[in-house]
Amino acid sequence: MSWEIVMGLEVHLQLATQSKIFSGSSTQFGASPNEQADAVDLGMPGMLPVLNEEAVRYAVKFGLGIGARIGERSVFDRKNYFYPDLPKGYQVSQFFAPIVSEGVFEVPLEDGTLFPIRITRAHLEEDAGKSVHDIFTHETGIDLNRAGTPLLEIVTEPDFRSADQAVAYLKTLHSLVTYLGISDGNMAEGSMRCDINISLREKGSEKLGTRTEIKNVNSFRFVERAIYSEYERQADILESGGTITQETRLYDAENNVTRSMRSKEVANDYRYFPEPDLLPIVIDEAYIEAVRATLPELPGAKRQRFIESYGLNDYDAALLVPHHDMADYFEAVVKACNAAKPAANWILGDLSGALNRNEVSISESPITAERLAGLITRIEDGTLSSKLAKQVFDAMWDGEGDADDIIAARGLKQVNDSGALEAMVDEVIANSPDQVAQYRAADEAKRKKLSGFFVGQIMKASQGQANPQILNALLLKKLDDQS
Amino acid sequence: MSVTPQDVEKVALLARLTISESELPEVTERFSRVLNLVDELNTIDTADIVPMSNPHDMEQRLRPDQVTRGNNREALMASAPSQEQGYFLVPKVID
Amino acid sequence: MADTQLLTAPVSELRQLLSDRAISSVELTRAFLRQIELCNPLLNAVVTICEDHALEQAALADKQLATGEIAPLTGVPLLHKDIFCTHGIRTTCGSRMLAEFTPAYDATVVSKLQSAGAVTLGKCNMDEFAMGSSNETSFFGTVKNPWDLDCVPGGSSGGSAAAVAAGMAPLATGTDTGGSIRQPASLCGITGLKPTYGRVSRLGIIAFASSLDQAGPMARTAEDCALALTAMAGVDGGDSTSADKPVPNFHGALNTDIQGLRIGLPKQFFNDDLDDQVRARVLEALAELEKAGATLVEIDLPHSHYAIATYYVIAPAEASANLARYDGVRFGYRCDDPQNLEDLYLRSRSEGFGEEVQRRILVGTYALSAGFYDAYFNKAQQVRRVITEDFHRAFEQVDVIAGPSAPGVAFPFGAKQQDPIAMYMEDIYTLAVNLAGLPGLSTPAGFINGMPVGLQLIGRPFDEQTILNAAHRLQTDTDWHQSHPSLGDLAS
Repeated sequence: MSWEIVMGLEVHLQLATQSKIFSGSSTQFGASPNEQADAVDLGMPGMLPVLNEEAVRYAVKFGLGIGARIGERSVFDRKNYFYPDLPKGYQVSQFFAPIVSEGVFEVPLEDGTLFPIRITRAHLEEDAGKSVHDIFTHETGIDLNRAGTPLLEIVTEPDFRSADQAVAYLKTLHSLVTYLGISDGNMAEGSMRCDINISLREKGSEKLGTRTEIKNVNSFRFVERAIYSEYERQADILESGGTITQETRLYDAENNVTRSMRSKEVANDYRYFPEPDLLPIVIDEAYIEAVRATLPELPGAKRQRFIESYGLNDYDAALLVPHHDMADYFEAVVKACNAAKPAANWILGDLSGALNRNEVSISESPITAERLAGLITRIEDGTLSSKLAKQVFDAMWDGEGDADDIIAARGLKQVNDSGALEAMVDEVIANSPDQVAQYRAADEAKRKKLSGFFVGQIMKASQGQANPQILNALLLKKLDDQS
Repeated sequence: MSVTPQDVEKVALLARLTISESELPEVTERFSRVLNLVDELNTIDTADIVPMSNPHDMEQRLRPDQVTRGNNREALMASAPSQEQGYFLVPKVID
Repeated sequence: MADTQLLTAPVSELRQLLSDRAISSVELTRAFLRQIELCNPLLNAVVTICEDHALEQAALADKQLATGEIAPLTGVPLLHKDIFCTHGIRTTCGSRMLAEFTPAYDATVVSKLQSAGAVTLGKCNMDEFAMGSSNETSFFGTVKNPWDLDCVPGGSSGGSAAAVAAGMAPLATGTDTGGSIRQPASLCGITGLKPTYGRVSRLGIIAFASSLDQAGPMARTAEDCALALTAMAGVDGGDSTSADKPVPNFHGALNTDIQGLRIGLPKQFFNDDLDDQVRARVLEALAELEKAGATLVEIDLPHSHYAIATYYVIAPAEASANLARYDGVRFGYRCDDPQNLEDLYLRSRSEGFGEEVQRRILVGTYALSAGFYDAYFNKAQQVRRVITEDFHRAFEQVDVIAGPSAPGVAFPFGAKQQDPIAMYMEDIYTLAVNLAGLPGLSTPAGFINGMPVGLQLIGRPFDEQTILNAAHRLQTDTDWHQSHPSLGDLAS
């Protein structure tokens, strides 16, 4: 039987505020256990929440970023359940009237088309703490530093039909929220965690199957793998005539399987009701317009502009835009050298390779945008061959100065003088009678391959500085002419 | 509306309370009496009435995003029933 | 005799004695500590006595009195209901759950009264988590009514009311979610004020029902309540529901001119269900106000009947969530030797909470649970608005609404404990005021067979001044509030 996968995603995004959503504790990652949990975060008796204005602003920014509806009156609710890392026995969230609703998010796919995902809602809530299972033998340790960190929970309609779409959505979302500056997007530290609602149905069927929810997947790669493994599991059950149990599951990356969460076995009944310790958040037009005025150019618009004003193809634009720093770097390079396509190639090729190898982010790149532009300028004006350019690039990476310094210091100027090149060609031909004979005896296809020998000899003689285009033209002319 | 002992047990579990077998009939009976009292609400028509969560029509005030609380762990954990190395301890939880 | 005068003097007089340096705060504090020591074994009104802390604060107050740096309550001793968190002082909320809980913070009310110069003598017994109208649900035992030791003091602020009535303190704090200041004030013959919801910060007050809870003063006179409220009130950045309204000097603005004051008597409060003797006492008190220039008008609060049903959905629902934090993990009672997490939760909560608290958690959980939310919780919130609008309409006609504070006088222990509904009816005249968030007070209105009766006065939102003025006038013209139980009989 052929199955169609149907998925909706819930992303928990940690907002990049300094303090928590309802208390003045720091949100910084990595403190000793419970050192960043004050009486409010611990749910101590008599403690009350007071809302952080920045969390509201960030949620509104997000709503505007996806063209969604901003609730003029949104309300907090209590979501009631017992868990040791949930200090109050309820989570303050928004159920009945979320701050953001009804948006559409355009996700660019690899083929350059845009895939619309409907955002049902995005609401503010507080994060829970952490349960630590591996420090104590017979106990679980509870660290409430994370409790009260502001979250925006972004919920989609069940619009996804493949793992690729889901991952593309998450990457695009990641790009948007970092552009907006509302989250640091640090997935390793849990800044963006994903719940996947997943069900299968027979291809062509309209009816949704029973779904499971895979909780708290925190990397793009794991999302993809979790989906595949859950797909296999559900398909196996359905094909053997079984039924899917609606439940919460956890992705076990080590064994690449999903498994049922025993702690969630007790039937959930969250008993949402309006949080009486907080009042409605009222957002007026003036506030919305003031936030709108602070919005940066967003990835979708930037991608379009890169294609239109720089003549980039979809592929390059799609790679350059998602990371704000990379897009900025690209624009700085182009501004200084006015060669967009080579700039894109260098950034996406050698520079990205070097950055990845050395685990450096582009904002910390040892080669500044100005220096890379200097290198490209010297390629464009013919001073450097691509081979020489790579040498210069490596030297710049090692901090030997800008391109012109390195060219001068190493004497790397390309030989473009056809008189000088012709002399070198003549010399090689004269010194290699066997190879010349072989070449001339060969057919068209083979000749191309055999000409490499002569190029290599001349490059060696010129210490790589011969202009390869001019050299090639001269060489072929001489070899072919005398045949 | 009256409730069954099973209803009471279900609600008790949600609220993480235990009711012993011997207490269950009496708890159920008293519970039902309270529900009968509140069932009176069904005799009033409230169509179109906006529910009231708070006595005054006030809006939420916002707090500037500033860190105003530092580490006060020792004092705050002084009443913890079980703790070690800065963690609150509970019996091992298996997810 | 001089001692009795001191112990039954209102705060307004004690302030005078202190600022005249006729008595020191340390002497005054010692006098009340001694009275607590004498009476508490019998009354059980106080669960924690902070002698050293009180004497330290009193000594500091004396220094300030000597230099003339006098705040409104400098050197005046008081007791806090044990629902107010006190930094470094055990705060139990009348529960086994918090029997050993010591907060690392003060409630805003506590710090405000401290900055106003008050001296904290200790913490008052109360119904567990403020759930009760007789003080019989406290883990620390029942409080006895100083007017009749076989009777309840009312609740939930029963310890505060009994302590003030018995001369253990001139002033105590209370909280009122459905009548918990006014009903015990009535049953103990003192004056108790529940301010407008939002007038006093709830930060640091252990929550029962967040949208109904409000703290207020309990004292001998309306004037003392005005003094204390001025010190307690005000917007608090730490409580989102505290109102950003200017706080008048209620004491400074107090006056006895009630000429033309329109007092509404809801016919629903004075119907056939009202005990005849209570009706007689309340009407006598109202006649005094009429004599002083007020006019009495019959008014209609057509939906007040629904207040009890509405309240017993909303309050337990909010409480069921507010009390979920008592799970044996971070503070409070934990059962012995929990086998696993569920066992920890179930036993800690079942052993830590008393019966009434558990019943209300169950009812509240039920009212919020899937399939019942609309029929119970949402419905109750709608009816809450209907009830509130009744009041707003009535206040277009009158300035104050009056009625009994409680359906009767103090009743014997155990009389209503077997029937939760009978107990809930104790608050039948007070609940609606909390639902509507209005200010209300109880002032003494005479006696039935030697037991005090209270008159309730209800005001417009944030207009505590008008009901304080009316009560002050009544207390100027009558002496019911000056009666006190025989203190000699209370000493063990």
